[in-house]
Amino acid sequence: MSKDNQGDLWEVFIQPKAGRPHKHVGSLHAYDKEMAMKSARDLYTRRQEGVGIWIVKAEEIISSQAADAESFFDPADDKIYRHPTFYELPDGIKHI
Amino acid sequence: MNNNLFTYCLRLGDNGLILSHRIAEYCSAGPQLEEDLAITNVGLDLLGQAESFLKYAADIKGGGTTEDDLAFKRKEKEYLCVHLTEIPNIDYAYIMARQFLMDVYNYYLFQKLTASKDTVIAGISAKAIKEITYHLSRSADWIVRLGQGTDESHLRIQTAFNDLWMFTDELFETDEIEKDLANKGIGVDSSSLKEDWKNKTKEIFSQAGLQTPTIEKHSLAYGKFGSHTEYLGFLLAEMQHIPLLYPDAKW
Repeated sequence: MSKDNQGDLWEVFIQPKAGRPHKHVGSLHAYDKEMAMKSARDLYTRRQEGVGIWIVKAEEIISSQAADAESFFDPADDKIYRHPTFYELPDGIKHI
Repeated sequence: MNNNLFTYCLRLGDNGLILSHRIAEYCSAGPQLEEDLAITNVGLDLLGQAESFLKYAADIKGGGTTEDDLAFKRKEKEYLCVHLTEIPNIDYAYIMARQFLMDVYNYYLFQKLTASKDTVIAGISAKAIKEITYHLSRSADWIVRLGQGTDESHLRIQTAFNDLWMFTDELFETDEIEKDLANKGIGVDSSSLKEDWKNKTKEIFSQAGLQTPTIEKHSLAYGKFGSHTEYLGFLLAEMQHIPLLYPDAKW
């Protein structure tokens, strides 16, 4: 362990209200999961941002590669019919 | 004016005020960004608790006294914080050791104060105990990690506890004021907290692999009765100098 080691990198997800999805808000360094959770609470919920916290070790996240962008994402460009914009939404539906 | 209640509120408020100032001195100097913000959060919680108690004390005193008057315009001997809160930020081990010892104390003290027959004290304490429960959980985590970390971290946290231990006997000193308020169900007799405090510190020390130092009475005069360590005067000089230079400043 090098002298300036600040621990592993963790990604932090905050749930703004009960029932709402957790959203990525940032990252932090910590040596273990208990301290990562406390640091997440101190860094990311001090202004009432949320009621729930998820943390994930950054190295455990499987990420797509920029080099794959063409084959992964470009094929969706001309398939507008996949958007549900042609449906009429009933009254009273929220969060869409 | 209820002198006993006034004095008691000053003691509760000053412990928070002086410890929060020590923590504020450390702001931006933490070992890492995460920790810097976390310990500063603790300081702000303590300052909020201090403000509530000093405001109540100011109301009891009357005559237009404000919590700022009490926080910034008293003489050294009029402050009633315990010596442990005055100890400088020697290094992070001392900071966390000091914090842990105060957190355990505050945890048992404020648990009892939530049942105070004085509704203001009970109200302040009900809010404070949530904050203190977190403070204790956080500082206990650090004690265990420093104790079980490297040889260096173990040595430094043990050294900090060895040096600070003599200041802990004051926490359980009591006097007629406390006894009077405890009898009325308003305050807490500090000596009644000792057993719980000893058991909790012992439990965390055992997890951390640390030795419990022995208590030696370090002083015949205590902070909570107005006699302070040599450190408090310097702290107050810094804390008070802006309000003294600009007595009517508003911000």
